[in-house]
Amino acid sequence: MISNSLVLPIALPLLGALLVVALPRKMPILGALAALATTGSGLWVTAQTWLQADLGVVLGGWGLPLGIGLAADGLSAAFLAMSSLVGLGTSIYAIGYFAGSERCNHFWPLWFLLWASLNGVFLAADLFNLYVMLELLGLSAAALGALTGSRAAVEANLRYLLVGLLGSITYLLGVALLYAGYGTLDIGLLSERIQPSPLAAGALVLMVVGLALKAALFPMHFWLPPAHANAPAPVSAVLSALVVKTAFYLILRLWLDLFPAELSNAAAAFVLGVLGAGAVLWGSWRALRAERLKLLAAYSTVAQIGYLFLFFPLIQATPAGIARDDLIAACVLMALTHGFAKAGFFLAAGLVQQKAGHDRIDALGGTAQSMPATTFSIALAGSALIGLPPSGSFIAKWVMMRGAFEAGQWWWLIIISTGTLLAAAYIFRVLSRAFGQEPTPQCFLTDARAEIPALLLAFASVALLGLAAGPVWSLLGFQGAPA
Amino acid sequence: MSQLLSWTALLPGAILLSSLIPGALIFLLKEESHILRSLLNMAGAIIKLILVAVLIWGVYLGGVFETRITIAPGLDLVLHADALSVLFVTLSTVLWLVTTIYAIGYLEHSPNRSRFFGFFSLCVSATVGIALAGNLLTFVIFYEILTLATYPLVAHRGTPDATRGAKIYLAYTMAGGVALLIGAVWLRSLTGPVDFVERGVLSAMPASLHPQLIAIFLFLLVGLGVKAALFPLHGWLPQSMVAPAPVSSLLHAVAVVKAGAFGIVRVVYDVYGVEFASELGLLTILGVMASITIVYGSVMALTQDGLKKRLAYSTVSQVSYIALGASILGPIATIGGMVHLVHQGIMKITLFFCAGNYAETLGVHKVSQMDGVGRRMPWTTMAFTVGALGMIGIPPIAGFVSKWYLGLGAVDAGQYWVLVILAASTLLNAGYFLPILYKAWFRDPPDEWPKEHLFGGRFETMGALLWPPVITAALCLIAGLLAAAPFSPLEWATLIARREYAP
Repeated sequence: MISNSLVLPIALPLLGALLVVALPRKMPILGALAALATTGSGLWVTAQTWLQADLGVVLGGWGLPLGIGLAADGLSAAFLAMSSLVGLGTSIYAIGYFAGSERCNHFWPLWFLLWASLNGVFLAADLFNLYVMLELLGLSAAALGALTGSRAAVEANLRYLLVGLLGSITYLLGVALLYAGYGTLDIGLLSERIQPSPLAAGALVLMVVGLALKAALFPMHFWLPPAHANAPAPVSAVLSALVVKTAFYLILRLWLDLFPAELSNAAAAFVLGVLGAGAVLWGSWRALRAERLKLLAAYSTVAQIGYLFLFFPLIQATPAGIARDDLIAACVLMALTHGFAKAGFFLAAGLVQQKAGHDRIDALGGTAQSMPATTFSIALAGSALIGLPPSGSFIAKWVMMRGAFEAGQWWWLIIISTGTLLAAAYIFRVLSRAFGQEPTPQCFLTDARAEIPALLLAFASVALLGLAAGPVWSLLGFQGAPA
Repeated sequence: MSQLLSWTALLPGAILLSSLIPGALIFLLKEESHILRSLLNMAGAIIKLILVAVLIWGVYLGGVFETRITIAPGLDLVLHADALSVLFVTLSTVLWLVTTIYAIGYLEHSPNRSRFFGFFSLCVSATVGIALAGNLLTFVIFYEILTLATYPLVAHRGTPDATRGAKIYLAYTMAGGVALLIGAVWLRSLTGPVDFVERGVLSAMPASLHPQLIAIFLFLLVGLGVKAALFPLHGWLPQSMVAPAPVSSLLHAVAVVKAGAFGIVRVVYDVYGVEFASELGLLTILGVMASITIVYGSVMALTQDGLKKRLAYSTVSQVSYIALGASILGPIATIGGMVHLVHQGIMKITLFFCAGNYAETLGVHKVSQMDGVGRRMPWTTMAFTVGALGMIGIPPIAGFVSKWYLGLGAVDAGQYWVLVILAASTLLNAGYFLPILYKAWFRDPPDEWPKEHLFGGRFETMGALLWPPVITAALCLIAGLLAAAPFSPLEWATLIARREYAP
C-alpha cells in the first residue's frame, strides 16, 4: 500500500526545527506544537499500519532502486509509536526544564533534528538512507549531549561522536560490500537476491559490529555511561530510551529480514547472546556500584540492551511458528518497555537533581521523600527495569524464560535471574532513600507540568505494556496461541 | 458477548478493584484530608465485604465466577473463584476491614498517612488477587505485586532499623520470587498454561517427566516457602517486626505469610493434585520441612523477650500447620490445614492488635514489662488471653478445632509421628504463652508504666484500638463454638476437602 503520510513523521520535526530557529522568541510554544504534530503523524502511521497493511512510498519520482524509499511494517510502526510518545513526553517536560535558560535556544532545533532522524531510521527502506539517518542521528545526539557545556559532558560526548562515526563507517563498509555484490540497497530487493556467500557473511559481520558499537552492546558500551549521565535530563531520556534502540532495531531488522538463515546461524546468535549476557551482568553490577543516580540509570541501559540480545539465540533456535513469533514480539515488547521506563526514570531523576542540586544517591534521602510523585515514577519505572509484574518486561521475561526452557538453553536462565536480582538491588538502593524520617510532604504532585510526563511514561511501561501487550503482537502481524 | 459481560464474569474483578481504586485515590490525597481518606478506606472495605458475601453465596451454590483478561496471546490474567479462594478472600476481606479501623486509630497524628494507606490498600488488593488467581501466571503476578506493596509498609517508620528490616525482607522475597518464577515458567513450558483445577492437572504427565516435576516443585516450594516463613527461609519475619502494629498484623495474619501458605496449598492440591504429589514423594518433603519449622519456631519463641518477636516466631511455627495439613494425604488432615488458614489468621491478628495496644497505651514492648497489665487493660488482655489460649489449642477456641482435625487426619492416614509434633508444639506453645498470661493477670502492676498515654474517654485505650481485638477475639470464640454451623470456616473447609477428594 502506498501512502504519503509516511513522509510526515520525518518532515514535521524538520519543519519544527526550522521554525524554532526562525522564531526563537516563540520557542516553547512552537516546540510544543511541532512536537504534538510529530507525535500525531507518528501515531497516524502506526494506526494505519495496524489497521490496514504495511505502507511504502518512493520519493523523488524515481523507481525503486534509485529513489528514496520509505516503508512501514509492524516492526517499524511499533518503534515509531514509542518514539512518538516518548518524544512528546520529553518535549513537554523540556519546556519546564529549560524554562528561562540560555540552553533552550540550542535544545529545540537539535532535538527536532534528532527526532526526525530517529523516525527516519525507523521508516527508511534502504540501507544507504539508513546510513544517512544514522549519521544525522549521531551528530545531533552528541551535540545535544554536550549541551550543559561542562568539561565532563563535552569530553564524554566527543568520545560518543567519534565512536558513533566509527560505528557508522563500519556499517557503511558492510553496505558497500552488499552493493558491490548484489547491485541494490533496498532491503526488500536485497533479501531476494542475497546468497550465503563469504561476501554476505563479511557484510553481516561489519554491519552488526558497527551497529552493536552504536547500540553500546557489551564490551563496546564504554562510551555510553559518561555520555548519558552527563547530558541534561530530557536529553539523557531520549538518548537512553530511543537513540540506542535505533541501532538495536536495525540489527533485529537485518537479522529477521535480510540475512539468509545460513548466515544468521546458531554460532552467530550465540555470540550475540553471550555479549548480551555480559552486558546484563556487567551493566547491572556497575549500576549497583554507581554513586550517582543518572550514572546508575545509564549503566542500567547497558544491562537492558543486553537482555534484548539474549533473545537472538532463542529466536534462532526456535522453529518458525507461534513460539518464535512470541519470542520476537516479546523482544520488541522488552525494547518498548525499556524505552518508556528509562525515559520516565531519567526525567524523574532530572527533577530530583534539580531539586537537590546534585544526584549523589547516598545524599538523596530528604529530596526523594519530599517529592512523592517523582519517587513514585522512579519506583514504577524501576519495577519495569527489574522486570517485576505487571510491567511489559515481566511479560517479555516470562516469554524469554519459556523460550529458553523449550529450546533447552537453560543457561540463559541463570543470567536472567542474576540480572533480575541485581536490578532489584540497584533500584531499591535508590528507593530505600525515600523512606526516612524527614517531614511529610503535603501533597502528591509538587510540580505538575514536570512530574506528570515522567509519571505517565513510567506508568505506561507498567500498566499499559504490562496488562495490554496484545497490540504488540497484532501490530507485528502475529496471531499467537489461543489461551 | 452478553454472556461474557454477565455479572459472574465481573464479580472477581470488581472485588479486586474495590480496594485498588480507593488505594490509588488515597495516594493523590493531601496529607491533611483525614476524613476523606478514612471515608475512602471504609467505603472500599465495606463494598468489598458486600461483594464477597455475594461471592460466597454464589460459589456455595456451585456458580462459576471468572474474570479473564488476555494480556498477550497465550498469556491470560484469570481471576477465578473456587471454594478455596473464597476461604482466603473472605478471611482477608473481613480482617482488612478490622485492620483498617485499627490502623486509622493507631496512626492518628503520625506522618505519611496517605502513603501508608495507599500501599495498605494495594497490599490487600494483591492478596485478593492471589486468592482469586485462576492460573499460575496470575498467581505469580500478584505474588510479586504483594512483595512490592509491602516493602513501603515495612519501611514506613523510616528509622535505620526499619530500613534494615525492609531490606532484609526484600532480599528474601525477591530471591524467593525468582525461584517461584523459574518454577512457574518451567512448568508452563512442559504443560502449557497452568490453570488451577481441583484435584490437580499433572497426574497424566508421562513418567519420564517426573524428575522434572519434582525439581519444579522444589523451586515452587522455595519461592512460596520464603513468604510462608518455612525454616530455613524464615529469616525476614522476625526482622520485619519493626513495622507498625497494623502492618505486623497484616503481614502475619492476612497477607504475606498467608499468601505463601495459601500458595503451597494451591500447588499441592490444584496443580499437582494431592494424590499425585504423594506418589512423587513430595508430601514427605513438605511434611518434614513443616514439622521442623513448627518445632523450631516454638523453641525460638520461648527465648524471646520482645513481645512482637515472640509473636513473630509463634507465627513461623503456627503457619506451618497449614503446610503440615497439606502434607498428609487424607481429607481430614486437609480440613485441619485449610481451616487453620482462617483460624491462625483471626487468632494471630488478635494477638498483634493487643501487642500494639500495650505498646501505644502503656509503652510496654517486652514480656518482662507485662506484670499486672491485665488490671490496667482488662479488655485488651481478655482478647489477648483468648488468642493465646486458642494458639495453645484449648477448647472451645478456634485453634483447638484445627489441632483436633490435624491429629485425627494424621491417625486416619497412619502417620503417627505427626501426633508427636503436635504434642511437642502444644507444650511449647503453652510454655511461651502461659507465662505471659500469668504475669498479666496475677502479678502486681508496677508503680509506673514505661510510657503511659492517656486517651481520655470511657475505655482503657482509644476506641478504634480497643474494638478490633475484641471483635477478632469474639470471632475466635465463635469459630470454635459454632464450628459445625453452616458457613463456619470448618464447614467451608469440609466443602473444599470434599471437592478436592471427590472420586
